[in-house]
Amino acid sequence: MTVLTLTGLILVIALLGYAMGVARSRSALQAGSVLHSRPQYSGAFVAFLFALPAVCLMLAWVAIDEGIIRSLTIASLPSDVTEGIDRRQAGALIREVFQVISGRTFGEPEPYMRDAAAYYVEAQGWSRTLMYVSCLALGALCAGWGFSRIAPEFRARNKVEAIVSGLLVLASCIAILTTVGIIGALVFESWAFFTLVPVNEFLFGLNWEPQIPIREDQIAGAGAFGAVPVFWGTIFIALISMMVALPIGLFSAIYLAEFASPRVRTIVKPVLEILAGIPTIVYGFFAVLTVAPALRRYGEMVGLDVAANSALAAGGVMGIMIIPFISSLSDDAITAVPRSLRDASLAMGATRAETVSRVLLPAALPGIVGGVLLAVSRAIGETMIVVMAAGLIARLTLNPFEGVTTVTVQIVTLLIGDSSFDNPKTLAAFGLGLVLFISTLGLNVFALNIVKKYRERYD
Amino acid sequence: MANFHTDALANSGNGTAHAKQEGAKSANTRGVAKIKAESVNVFYGENQAIKNVSVDIDERQVTAFIGPSGCGKSTFLRCINRMNDVIESCRIEGRILIDDNDIYAKGVDPVILRSHIGMVFQKPNPFPKSIYENVAYGPKIHGRTRNKSELDSVVEQSLRRAGLWDEVKDRLAQPGTGLSGGQQQRLCIARAIAVDPEVILMDEPCSALDPIATARVEELIDELRQNFTIVIVTHSMQQAARVSQKTAFFHLGHLVEEGPTDRIFTNPEDKRTQDYITGRFG
Ligand SMILES: Nc1ncnc2c1ncn2[C@@H]1O[C@H](COP(=O)(O)OP(=O)(O)OP(=O)(O)O)[C@@H](O)[C@H]1O
Ligand SMILES: [Mg+2]
Repeated sequence: MTVLTLTGLILVIALLGYAMGVARSRSALQAGSVLHSRPQYSGAFVAFLFALPAVCLMLAWVAIDEGIIRSLTIASLPSDVTEGIDRRQAGALIREVFQVISGRTFGEPEPYMRDAAAYYVEAQGWSRTLMYVSCLALGALCAGWGFSRIAPEFRARNKVEAIVSGLLVLASCIAILTTVGIIGALVFESWAFFTLVPVNEFLFGLNWEPQIPIREDQIAGAGAFGAVPVFWGTIFIALISMMVALPIGLFSAIYLAEFASPRVRTIVKPVLEILAGIPTIVYGFFAVLTVAPALRRYGEMVGLDVAANSALAAGGVMGIMIIPFISSLSDDAITAVPRSLRDASLAMGATRAETVSRVLLPAALPGIVGGVLLAVSRAIGETMIVVMAAGLIARLTLNPFEGVTTVTVQIVTLLIGDSSFDNPKTLAAFGLGLVLFISTLGLNVFALNIVKKYRERYD
Repeated sequence: MANFHTDALANSGNGTAHAKQEGAKSANTRGVAKIKAESVNVFYGENQAIKNVSVDIDERQVTAFIGPSGCGKSTFLRCINRMNDVIESCRIEGRILIDDNDIYAKGVDPVILRSHIGMVFQKPNPFPKSIYENVAYGPKIHGRTRNKSELDSVVEQSLRRAGLWDEVKDRLAQPGTGLSGGQQQRLCIARAIAVDPEVILMDEPCSALDPIATARVEELIDELRQNFTIVIVTHSMQQAARVSQKTAFFHLGHLVEEGPTDRIFTNPEDKRTQDYITGRFG
């Protein structure tokens, strides 16, 4: 709450600073010289000079003050309590202090705990007050300096532009740093996993049974972490889904781009794109409740044994989910082929179909390939449908009527339930995640490159 | 001669009879009318782009269409190979006869019609394929050749006729889009003549070319006149005067005046034609 009020206060004062800067710049103008920058820039300069240091100091303060107050509180406890405690115990003590502060204690707390609680509350109050004062003071100091620099020839616009571009860089840095942080965490945890399970066993082992005993005396398998069946399941399901999505998506794109009348096109295109907006869990229902039983029945009719969870059901439904990606990107690629090529082909006496297959598709191929690769990476990352329709058992099979499992599904099941982050079962999730990340990243980079190259050709 | 009906035999006897008659009649004038337009009207939706145009285009001659921008030259040109059919809003009235067969009659397949009429566009538009494949495109889709060596010779012949062979004979496998603008335009001409059309339509074929490339294309047009009936749209009076035997002047959708090129340029009958060719408007 107090941080919020301080932020509000800083904003209000910054606005005030803006007004003052504008006024000062105006009065300088009346003194008779030519302004370098419009008064608004001087105002913005002062406002930024106030707000930026103040906000930075506030954020820094908030980041560290809690830790300092905690260690001070621990230090204020009698030495016989704090003698030789480690981090974890210190944390427990602090939690006790918090309980005293909020009054939720069992029985009467120790007197030294009361003192510590009072100490904590007081220290926090001081810290807040100090924070207010120092933030505002720092801001005022900087703003005052900036205010004093305002003069007709002062290049406020350049300064403000530099500050704004700095802020923009900062924003993009935050996005990039977050990504780097995520990758870092993934690599770090995977590293921990690979110290427990050798990399080559993980990458090339054929047996995936990640169940390990939770208690010492529990009877269970020792756990096997050969991820090949899991990778295979992912590839298999992606393949099945592409076999559904590629022809349907491509053909509907060709129809929409070349044969449909504008009216049909304005109706069908959005409808196809709605498919992309359906939550995947709904596709999951569809796969489990409609497609899988239907497959089972048809299988029985022709004497095939179709499992309740089958790669075909999951892959097929996933294919339907992916159709709009392929159709929409291919449609864009085909319509982006210049009109002049179409005319050239038609004027040669080619039919529309010949024009599509001999000129438009080859010319649009890079765009189509790009779209397909993006769709593949989408299929590989998809979880929900597979969880619901393809099962959890890692099988190394070529039979689409059996259940398989995928990388994402295994990650979910490995992380569900109580488990600490120091056993191979949990850490295996990060190993899988890393492999998934690297492969989809590779695919995306490849796809985007192709799409880019294709753009360059017609621009 | 050519017959674009899907039911090939239905009109042919009739057609030849007409052609003979026509030939006899026009023998003492310039040439034989290859294409005859009879009161053609073209509409884009509500907007009428061509107003009651009748014109004869002679066989093995170059006919130039001139006129200010937006007067309907391209539109009329595109009527001759029915490329306007591709445009949703476009509607055409009247008759256009090629060798006395109405190309807008029922049963005429525009795809077959277009295989007899080559077209060269304002902007060079080679396919993003190899030079060889560009020229082989037409013969391939129409199944004009029986084997590879026949196709090879068609490609070579077309490139030679287009005056491009010597420049590209060592790089037939390279993309046609990698050629210079002038070379691309000649490649497009080679592509058009590879199917041995009877008529070649050219819509400002030199507007994207430099004077040297333009001169080459003009020379080429003059040579092609031996074998093909050519219609060319141009904005350049000099070009029309240099390459064409007959000139038609369009204005606001009307055909104002047509006649032998030397007469149109030296002694125009209509005030508008005179104003246009002397550069007073346009
Ligand atoms: N696809 C189209 N849809 C609607 N109107 C069109 C279309 N193409 C041409 N028009 C209209 O028809 C008229 C004639 O156009 P056209 O392209 O035939 O002129 P042009 O004589 O070839 O002109 P330019 O010399 O500039 O090429 C113009 O008024 C134009 O606006
Ligand atoms: Mg035109």
